[in-house]
Amino acid sequence: MSPVTTSTLTPTPAAAALPLAQPATPPPAAPPAAPPAAGPAGTRAARLDRWRVPFSVAALCVLPFVLPSQALAVNVLIYGLFTVGFNLLFGYTGLLSFGHAAFFGGGAYLTGMAIAHFGLGWAPAMLIGVAGASLLALVIGALSIRTRGIYFCMVTLALAQLVYYVALQASGWTGGENGLRGFTVAKAEVLGLFTVNLLDPLQKYYFLMVFAALALWFVSRVLNSPFGAAIEAVRENETRARACGYDVERTKLLAFVLSGAVAGLAGTLSALHLSIVPLDALGYHTSSLAVVMTMLGGAGSFFSPFIGGLAFLLIEDVASLWTSHWQLIVGIIFILFVLFLPKGLWGSVIGFVKKGRAP
Amino acid sequence: MDFELIVMQLFSGLALGAILVMVALGLTIVFGMLGIVNFAHGALFMVGAYAGLWIASLTGSFWWALLVAPIAIGILGMGIERFLVRPLYGRSPDDPLLLTFGLGYVLVESVRITFGTDGIPFSAPEALQGVVDLGIGYFPVYRLFVMAVVALVLLLLWLALEKTRFGLIVRAGARDPLIMKVLGVDVGRLWLLVFGLGVGLTALGGVLAAPMRSVSPEMGTLVLAEAFVVTVIGGMGSLLGAVVAGLLVGVAISMTALFAPEMATIVMFSLMALILLARPQGLFGRPGLGA
Repeated sequence: MSPVTTSTLTPTPAAAALPLAQPATPPPAAPPAAPPAAGPAGTRAARLDRWRVPFSVAALCVLPFVLPSQALAVNVLIYGLFTVGFNLLFGYTGLLSFGHAAFFGGGAYLTGMAIAHFGLGWAPAMLIGVAGASLLALVIGALSIRTRGIYFCMVTLALAQLVYYVALQASGWTGGENGLRGFTVAKAEVLGLFTVNLLDPLQKYYFLMVFAALALWFVSRVLNSPFGAAIEAVRENETRARACGYDVERTKLLAFVLSGAVAGLAGTLSALHLSIVPLDALGYHTSSLAVVMTMLGGAGSFFSPFIGGLAFLLIEDVASLWTSHWQLIVGIIFILFVLFLPKGLWGSVIGFVKKGRAP
Repeated sequence: MDFELIVMQLFSGLALGAILVMVALGLTIVFGMLGIVNFAHGALFMVGAYAGLWIASLTGSFWWALLVAPIAIGILGMGIERFLVRPLYGRSPDDPLLLTFGLGYVLVESVRITFGTDGIPFSAPEALQGVVDLGIGYFPVYRLFVMAVVALVLLLLWLALEKTRFGLIVRAGARDPLIMKVLGVDVGRLWLLVFGLGVGLTALGGVLAAPMRSVSPEMGTLVLAEAFVVTVIGGMGSLLGAVVAGLLVGVAISMTALFAPEMATIVMFSLMALILLARPQGLFGRPGLGA
């Protein structure tokens, strides 16, 4: 697909319903991205959307310098990417998974085990982590998309718990309750060209950021593709999408696997970053993180996962200075968001701009 | 492996399953009526256990704890429905789920602040300690007591749903709330009561489970996952399904614990995966209800 057709498919406020209205129409036949009725705010949103990957990457580049600590920046990077994967499924496909820890932790464990038990280099280990997480997502996805709605949340949660308990019992491989240790990657040689010193926090941050940036570019391309329109069609009206001839099950499953792969990549980055994999990476709490961050940022928009991740980690950072019970504060803020700000921070800003500017 | 041991383990499984039945029933009653999943259900189970602990230490009597804690937590549940869940009716079905999920955080953390993060042992009253001879072996009295209480509650619940006017309205409301409204039934008040009932049942499960496992703020997470497994196996919204699947999962766990202890937790999730493959709507579920 050429860059031109990609931009015409960019969902603008007025054109957002188009993929539904004309699902079978190939991209070239679609009308221009921003009809006049959308007004200046519409075109601005469209322009922001077209440059969303460069914007995101630029923001990630300056992150270590604007945040109070570099450790916080790495966490925003890793958990933001994790949430990007989750948002692909929840925000865009409309499937609320409470089991994404299985892919995050799965990617982390497989990377760690490939290095610790098989002595592989960082690159093949990462590949194994992402591929393994995708495979896990294929299995869990195939089972859970047999159910819908609220049922889906319960099944994903239960299957992720299954993965958690398997990892707990297979302590010879995973280290059990103590977590996986002993796979510190100190230096990473890149294509034999140069070496990155991973013990230096800043070098490590930018090393990990390259992978996050690639993943963002990939997700952006997926969202702009006809497949991206198809998953939004499934979210908006599954019956109608089916009636229009889409294979809803396959669309959901593919979205699930892509989402799991991105979450798995975030997991492998976290393994390289921490040099340990705690058992908690597979736990309910990790799955919840993605849900909380998405809700804070706002579901179904490209920037919101990082904004939500940043908001969450800043709340945690500030509140934990003040009390060890910061989860209480997070919980209360979360409830207030569901009640009064269901579109999240970024979604509300976008909504406010649109309402304020458009006639 | 001798026969007696297997039968004893079967009884243990039924006692374990009886607790699961309480939790899963609460979850499925609320879903059947209100169409929402309460993600704070596990946390409310835990709060029920702590409330029982607190009342028992206050009054010195386990019996007061067993009676008062479920009612008190049930009233708390009504408050949750009235002030937090009710504003979300008519919005996406994910919203109440997300809200109760956040509420779970708040409840767990509040208990940590009040009672500390460590597990607290909670012993059964003296009258229920010890073992009883069942003819083929000795069995803890307390577990028999748990089974009896759950059986009694199930009987009362069945009578209330099948034989009273309230039960008739509840069943009709589960089928078509709009028609009930047209007929002049206050559906809002009905939902309030049903939510309170569901929460009260899980709190009762918490009090009953407390002497069988130690009481800790995290005890709700596994229970939530277990209740989900039971509801998926039994069929969402089916009361009979919750009872059968709860006992089935309890027996499956304790039988596996006998032969391969490390597989005990894993087996119920595998059971759920099998059911999903063979019968996605669950054993007693109606097709189309989410599957």
